[in-house]
Parts: sequence; structure tokens; C-alpha cells
Amino acid sequence: MAINWFKYSAPSTFYGLAGKLIPFFAWPAAILFVIGLYIGFFVAPTDAVQSEAYRIIFLHVPASILSMFIYLIMAGYAALGLIFNTRLSSMMAQALAPTGALFAFVSLWSGALWGKPMWGAWWVWDARLTSELILLFLYLGYIALQASIEDPRRADRASALLAIVGSVNVPIIYFSVKWWNTLHQGSTIKFTGTSMHIAMQQAMFAVLAACWLYAIAVTLARVRSIILERERNTQWVSELREMKQ
Amino acid sequence: MNWSEFFFMNGYAFYVWGSYGVAVLVFGIEVLMVRHRRKITLRDLRLMRDETGEVGTGDAA
Amino acid sequence: MRKLSLLGLLGLVIRRDLLLAMRRRADVLTTLIFFVMVVSLFPLGVGPEMDMLRKMASGVVWVAALLASMLSLPRMFSADYADGTLEQMMLAPQSLSVLVLGKIVAHWMLSGLPLALIAPVLGLQFDMSVPALWALVLALLLGTPVLSMIGAIGAALTLGLRGGGVLVSLLVLPLCIPVLIFGAGAVEAVNSGMSAVSNLSLLGAFMLFALVFTPFVAAQALRISME
Repeated sequence: MAINWFKYSAPSTFYGLAGKLIPFFAWPAAILFVIGLYIGFFVAPTDAVQSEAYRIIFLHVPASILSMFIYLIMAGYAALGLIFNTRLSSMMAQALAPTGALFAFVSLWSGALWGKPMWGAWWVWDARLTSELILLFLYLGYIALQASIEDPRRADRASALLAIVGSVNVPIIYFSVKWWNTLHQGSTIKFTGTSMHIAMQQAMFAVLAACWLYAIAVTLARVRSIILERERNTQWVSELREMKQ
Repeated sequence: MNWSEFFFMNGYAFYVWGSYGVAVLVFGIEVLMVRHRRKITLRDLRLMRDETGEVGTGDAA
Repeated sequence: MRKLSLLGLLGLVIRRDLLLAMRRRADVLTTLIFFVMVVSLFPLGVGPEMDMLRKMASGVVWVAALLASMLSLPRMFSADYADGTLEQMMLAPQSLSVLVLGKIVAHWMLSGLPLALIAPVLGLQFDMSVPALWALVLALLLGTPVLSMIGAIGAALTLGLRGGGVLVSLLVLPLCIPVLIFGAGAVEAVNSGMSAVSNLSLLGAFMLFALVFTPFVAAQALRISME
């Protein structure tokens, strides 16, 4: 039985599929988040050096990982949309951007709040924090370009090109910032100082998994709205159950 | 394990709960925004349908 | 009519753009005056101590160069877009990338080059040493083309959008950060006694990397915007 993958690449069928999938991502995300926090706060031992402040790592590291990967996935969808002209891929890229930007913001916020007790300053020009800030600018540039073009087709393709150019630049920016940081300050400041206790790793992975599931759930929900907005003139939208109420 | 000591976080309460609090707040707002956007979109579609009497003659945007 | 070779097209586009710009000389000068003004504002803000100024000279000049080149980016395509010549250009048999490269070079000659030439004069305001001035000019000569090239992509993407000027800067500035880091780093290296060869070679690498890809990507961006 050959699975017809392309069946779900049509916005109409994907709309239904996404609708069914959202609870399967949303609830496990919440549960895993609670488990992760429980392990992180009750099971994981107090750190010798930073006592309780290090517990921010369970939020900061997943958020940073998410913000980076979501940008790459967004660029991937954008490239797909640009090459194969599949509207759904561009819609997915558009749906991913705000979530990615929020993860970048949370990563910066938690990084700053962690930096204060550890290094005594709200903002430290550490290579990773600086690259995260630039990544946030890239997200905002993508969202701004997408929002400022009325015609959805041109908006998709223009922002797709920007996302691709941006993703090519991410490694270059990271290495130049890292080089710049080591020149000026010497990156003696390490994030993951102490070796990770087993409970810390469990907590980290649980929160990371929760963040991934959350990101998927929110993106699917947002992409459904985008599909509705884009396909409002089509037949299948008018026959939707939601339209009947 | 008394709760007050837990929340005190050995003096780092502000930083730990500051970052987790903001994170939960931010993602909470995002969920509300997404649900709100869905409600608005559906309401607009219904308005459009009631106005024009029939939806679904044109092609996808 | 013999078919125009690619180099011929390049020369034609550059000559045409320079000629057009010379007719509206004010635009060229605004970029230059903006650059001089921004650089001269910093001592007023920071204070006249020479050692402080000497330390931040390269950063100030480079950030001002970045902002000045952003200023003139929207004009790269907007004039031709407004009167329709851009459409004709896109119908030309020759490759659009070479045409865009011509526009990039013309834009660079109008914004990047003057900045690099006037930078030493501004360097004196910050009491920079002669080797540092040399490093600054070389770094600017290598770095500003990259700003124009990446800027061309931004200008092409935001063609015809209201508020395009600010949007271009928002899109392009994050991508120009490596150029800023190594550009300012070159002068920094000379000030601290090291040789600036590594920074300049990296800037050269950025320029070549951009030279290969940006004309094509900017051409694609034009096609997307002009559909």
C-alpha cells in the first residue's frame, strides 16, 4: 500500500490532519514540561558553584537550541516553497517564524537573568548571547518583510529568499562573533561549567522535548489559521464544519 | 521540604522565577494569540459568507 | 546590432548609473555628508579625551560607513523600477546577474568608494596613527563592496514597498555584522601592534564569497519582486 505523501501536501487535507494532530503534541508537551521542571527543581542537586541559579539552564539551553533549529527548519520550508512552489511549505515557514522569535527572546531573557548572578551583569557580550541576539534580528527581519508585502505569493517568495540568505549567514555570523569575543575578552566564561549530573540531563531533555512538542503544536495551530486566511475563497473552506455554526 | 524555602531559591528567587515566569507568560500569550487569530479568521469568513451569500467560487489566494 | 558581450553590458550599466548619479549629484553627496556628520558627532557625545577617541575610532567609522551605505541602498533599483526601465532590463537577453552586478558596482562607486577615500581625513579627528589609517582605508575598500552586494539583495527584495528604506536596513544590517567585526578588527589589530593581514584577508574572503553569490541571488530577488 503506497502511502500517497502528496495527499497531505494539499492545504485542504493538511488542515484536517493538523487539526487532529495538535492535541497529540500539545498535551505531551505540557506533561513533559512539568516532569522536566519537577526533575530539574526537586531531583537535581544544588550546584556547588552557583547554588540554585543554575536551574535556569533547563530553560535557557532548550530555548537557544529551539531558536536555532526553528530558524533552519523555517529556511528549509521556505526553500521548499520557493523551489517546488508548494504554498503549504511557505505557509509553514511563515507559521514557524513567530515561535522561533519567541524562543530566541526567551533564550536571551533567561541568559540575561542567569548572567546577573553568575557574572554580575545583566548583559555580557558572550559569543553565544551575541549570536542569539543577531538571530533574533534575523527573525524580526523575516517577519517584517513577510508582513510588509500584501501579495501573499510575493511575500512568501521574498521572505523565503531572505530566510535562505540568512541561514547561510548564521554560521558565518556565529564564527565571526566567537572570534571577536575571544579577541576582546577571551571566552573564559563557559555556560556549561560543571559536568552535568544525571538528573540535570534528564530534566534538560524533558524540557527540550516539551519545547519541541510545544513548538510543533503552536505552529500547526497557526498554520491552520494561515490556511484559512489564504484559502478563504475556496470551496472546501465554505463546507468546513466550523463555518456552519 | 517547605515551600517558602523552595521559592526562596537560596536567594536567587528573582532570577530563577523571573526567567521561568517570563517564559511561561510569553508562551501563554502566544497560545492565546493563536487561538484569538483562529477565532477572528473564522468570524471574518462567516461574515464574508453571509455578506456575499456564497463563498467558494474563486480560487485559492 | 552586434550582441553586447557580458563585459560590455557590465561597463554599459556602470557608465549609465554613474552618469545618472552625476546628474543628481546631491544624492552622492548626501551619503558622504551623512558619513562625515555621524563620525563627527561621536566626539561631541563621548567627550574630547584623545585616548578614549583613539580607542573607539575604528568602531565609530565603521558603524558610520555601514549606516551611510544603508542610506543609499533603496535608490539602487527604485528609480529604474519607477519609470519601468527595470522591466526592460529584465527582458534583456544577457544574464540579469551581470546587470545587477553592474548596478552593485555603480552603487559601490557612489557610496563605498567615497567613504573609503574620505575616511583618513575623519581618522585624523580621532588622532589615529598613520598605519591605522592605512588599515582603515584598506579595510573599507575591501568591506564596503560587501555592504553594497548584500544591500543589493535587500534593495531587490523590498522593491516598491512603502517604508522600504528602513526595511532594507532591518534586513541587511544583521548580515553585515561579520564585515563590521573584521573591518573594525583590522584597525584594532594595527593599534595594538599586531598586523591586520588576517582581518583584511578575511574581509577579502567575504568579498569574493559575496561576489560569487549575491548578483545571482539579487537577480532572483528582482524576479520575485517584479512578477
